[in-house]
Amino acid sequence: MNTLARHRRLTRIWASDPGWRGWFTTVNHTDLGRMFLVTAFFFFAVGGVLAMLIRAQLATANSAFVGAETYSQLFTMHGTIMMFLFAIPAFEGLAVYLLPKLLGTRDLAFPRLTAYGYWCYAFGGTMMLVSLLFGIAPKGGWFMYPPLSGAIYSPGINTDFWLIGITFVEISAIAAAVEFSVSILRYRAPGMSLDRMPIFAWYALVTSLMILTGFPPLILGSILLELERAFGMPFFQVALGGDALLWQHLFWLFGHPEVYIIFLPAAGIVSTVLPVMARTTLLGYGWVVAAAVALAFLSFGLWVHHMFTTGIPHMGLAFFSAASTLVAVPTAVQIFAWIGTLWKGSPQLRLPMLHILGFFATFVMGGLTGVMVAVVPFDWQAHDTAFITAHLHYVLFGGFVFPVLAGIYYWLPHFSGRRRFFKLGEAAFALIFLGFHGTFLAMHWVGLLGQRRRIETYDPETGWSAINLVSTISGFVMAIGLALVLIDVVLHTMISARTARNPWKAGTLEWAMLLPAPAYNFASLPRVTDRDPLAFDPALPLRLARGEGHLGTPAQDRRETLTVDTSSGRPDYMVIFPPNTALPVLMAAVTGLFFLSLLLKTYWITPLALAGVAALACRWVWGLGARADAGPQDAGHGLALPLAGETDRAPGWWGSVFLLTANATLFGSLLFGYAFLWTVAPGWPPPAWLPAAPAELAVGAGGAVAGAAGLRLAVRGNRRGRPVPGLLLAAAGALALLGALVSFLGRIPDPAGHAYDATLTMMGSYALFHAALLALMTGFLLLRVRGGYTSPARRAEFPIVRLWADYAALVAAATLGLAHLPGLIA
Amino acid sequence: MPLALAGCNEALSVVAPAGPAAAAIATLWWVMLAGAALICLLVAGLLWGAFRSRPVADGADGARGERVWIHGLGLAFPFAVLAALLFYGLWVGERLMPRAGSDVVSVSAVAQRWIWSFGYDDAEGRVTQGVLHIPAGRPVDVAITTRDVIHSFWVPRLAGKLDAIPGHVNVLRLEADRPGVYAGLSAEYSGAGYAGHHFEVHAHDAAGWSAFLRGERP
Repeated sequence: MNTLARHRRLTRIWASDPGWRGWFTTVNHTDLGRMFLVTAFFFFAVGGVLAMLIRAQLATANSAFVGAETYSQLFTMHGTIMMFLFAIPAFEGLAVYLLPKLLGTRDLAFPRLTAYGYWCYAFGGTMMLVSLLFGIAPKGGWFMYPPLSGAIYSPGINTDFWLIGITFVEISAIAAAVEFSVSILRYRAPGMSLDRMPIFAWYALVTSLMILTGFPPLILGSILLELERAFGMPFFQVALGGDALLWQHLFWLFGHPEVYIIFLPAAGIVSTVLPVMARTTLLGYGWVVAAAVALAFLSFGLWVHHMFTTGIPHMGLAFFSAASTLVAVPTAVQIFAWIGTLWKGSPQLRLPMLHILGFFATFVMGGLTGVMVAVVPFDWQAHDTAFITAHLHYVLFGGFVFPVLAGIYYWLPHFSGRRRFFKLGEAAFALIFLGFHGTFLAMHWVGLLGQRRRIETYDPETGWSAINLVSTISGFVMAIGLALVLIDVVLHTMISARTARNPWKAGTLEWAMLLPAPAYNFASLPRVTDRDPLAFDPALPLRLARGEGHLGTPAQDRRETLTVDTSSGRPDYMVIFPPNTALPVLMAAVTGLFFLSLLLKTYWITPLALAGVAALACRWVWGLGARADAGPQDAGHGLALPLAGETDRAPGWWGSVFLLTANATLFGSLLFGYAFLWTVAPGWPPPAWLPAAPAELAVGAGGAVAGAAGLRLAVRGNRRGRPVPGLLLAAAGALALLGALVSFLGRIPDPAGHAYDATLTMMGSYALFHAALLALMTGFLLLRVRGGYTSPARRAEFPIVRLWADYAALVAAATLGLAHLPGLIA
Repeated sequence: MPLALAGCNEALSVVAPAGPAAAAIATLWWVMLAGAALICLLVAGLLWGAFRSRPVADGADGARGERVWIHGLGLAFPFAVLAALLFYGLWVGERLMPRAGSDVVSVSAVAQRWIWSFGYDDAEGRVTQGVLHIPAGRPVDVAITTRDVIHSFWVPRLAGKLDAIPGHVNVLRLEADRPGVYAGLSAEYSGAGYAGHHFEVHAHDAAGWSAFLRGERP
């Protein structure tokens, strides 16, 4: 097979459907990455327009441009859109597009999940836009503090849009994080050990793990607040045993890691682009990786610095203040590693480098003001003033938008296959840089003069008018600059000339392919022996195109790639990716129906939508696997690999591990909430503890043991071709769990009576959901066994369900145990 | 003098302190600003140098570069600066805590959309709305809470802010050096009337304070 024939054959196998259908059925990461990015920048534009309206309102004193009501929707939606609908999805889009190319593989671990995540984002984002267009957008500020966001002070649907819409969108973040984690750890080119991984992959890995542990507290908070609003379960109402501070803890447990979830990918871009711009390699690769990991850990220890004014004891504040200042150390390690890299090489002032310099200037200042507000007494003054608004824009615009613009211009030839022709980008950079600092530098000062954030008007006597006017004018200059970037990019993709391969002479694998990227990425997979494979071996692209790597000759018309051992990069097994399908968009639509039924309080639709999701999920998984053993497959160069379905640790197992990590964080946050209310909320202890019911506890414990033991038995039995007895035991266990949990939930007097009852109801429902999931999965496996989809070799599905069985057992045991404890003691 | 920068009106200015707490924080701010400016200059200088200098020849392992950039500038430098700053901040914070004392005056502040009501331990049953009366030159502990949503009690020229949270009472120590009228704000977004959620603190001399406690109009 010659190079052209190989290209045609692989394109036919990997390409998305032609025409408009392709948009909805594509599961290709290159397409979906582009869709993510375009959608994210659309929302960036919407958020930017809102920002301009905010600035227009504040331009002069006593402004009557928009009223207080509209203004509150503007600033709430500006923050919400920029955080949830721009920053996170922009990272997702870039990583979806880049990761497989950087890692030397053909797609992400779960292509259909990529598509599902995209559609959840698109539908959830649309939901938020609709609320904005109809003037019923959320208006309590982007962190939605109750009681202001509760049913009493915010009746109407505005807050529900936020709680439900954002939770819907977050599905895409969790899906992406699971997928990136598995892809980075398993889906790499043969020989790419962890220490040969491109630095961006490290950053994406750390970010993904942070999303998995950072987003669940917010998802839980949103669920609890929506339950309070819809059904009166008083988690945050102090009169009924709740506490408004619980929301703040849950929100900032998410909110602070979120800042680093946004910054770290941007730092990954800087670490990738800056060395290329300086014609050298990154200084201190290991240190930079360690710094990113340290940031991730530290960022979970400093959420309370958003709550320095809530009356937490000074000793507690001291701890969080120390953690908050400490976080500057790994940041400094990265900053100086980058500057050292510039010294090591010979930096050139090309357009991406300009944006990186913009990043340095802006982010360093934002970091320094960040250290200032980490010092508790100063925060008591600066908190909730324009100083904070200025600080956070320095950090987020400086730490995210500048690096992303650097990345956009760096990878633009990759996205489009064209070379930059118009020099609009330089002018745009100047406008953005000057506009940004003009908008926000003096805003620090006006904050110290007493201008609070979120006020819609001020008196001329305050002396703030001049600064605000400068701020507004500069804001419009910045907006013009960003619009120029948009025009530049559009013109570029339409009329520029084609580029050669690897225009920047970079060393990473994404440049070892045709431009624009073909659907299959690499005609054959490289064997990696160096951190910068292209610098090490400039002829690599041609050899890959000639099919001299692995999997260069598609034996059947199937989408093949291979996985590697996590640390060593030794090839492990072969994966066959699913074909194009409309299942993800359909599933996202039904998921959307579920959220819509909650939003519109048409609760009779809710169970139907849930059943729809479950049915589609079964359909989704049913399509995998085979009815006959395939044995080892030829992967080229004498390498024979088993198929994923004939291993113990299939991609689904790895995906389940990471999804359960997020899930366990959610449950952990719920237990934290329980403990917090118990110890801090004024309305405790509750009027009565739930009495213990030994029989219920015994049935539950028996069910948990049977569920976990049944799957173990099934895994072992399957080796002899007899998995059914174990599965039946597990099914019985699941039914026992369901029985015990239904009985438990039935004994809770009134979920709306006291936060204690509400919390027990929440815990019981969570455990019930997982018991039902176990029942569903066990039943599904029984059908698979009957359908002939399993054999002693085709065994991958059993260990996956075992994970979920263990988790369901653990959750049910913990829930029943903790709920019975006070009753047993009393 | 920095105060000249504060412009014509400093009624709400953090950098025009009129009490010991606000003064300590204002000093903290100027110290941090100076330090931050120096660090900015350092980073700018290093970046400028990177474009001016020739590539630095380094061993194949890059050990020397790591020593200078990572160990020195990345680790040791921020550790030293941050440790000093942290202790300074904690020391300031510790001094601002409400401590028992014979001359401490206790008052209460109750927030409600969009008014503030103030009560006085030394004058049972006395409630003022929109104006908090305190004696000048004496430490005052304000017990802060709310009847509805979260608010925040803030008199920028006297002290930092502290939140009013349903079901909780937070105590803020403040003190005015001299008699006078000081502007106060609510500083946590509370809905449509937030921008106008103001109050005033009237600090009296000793005679004015006892007159107020006797129920005379000050």
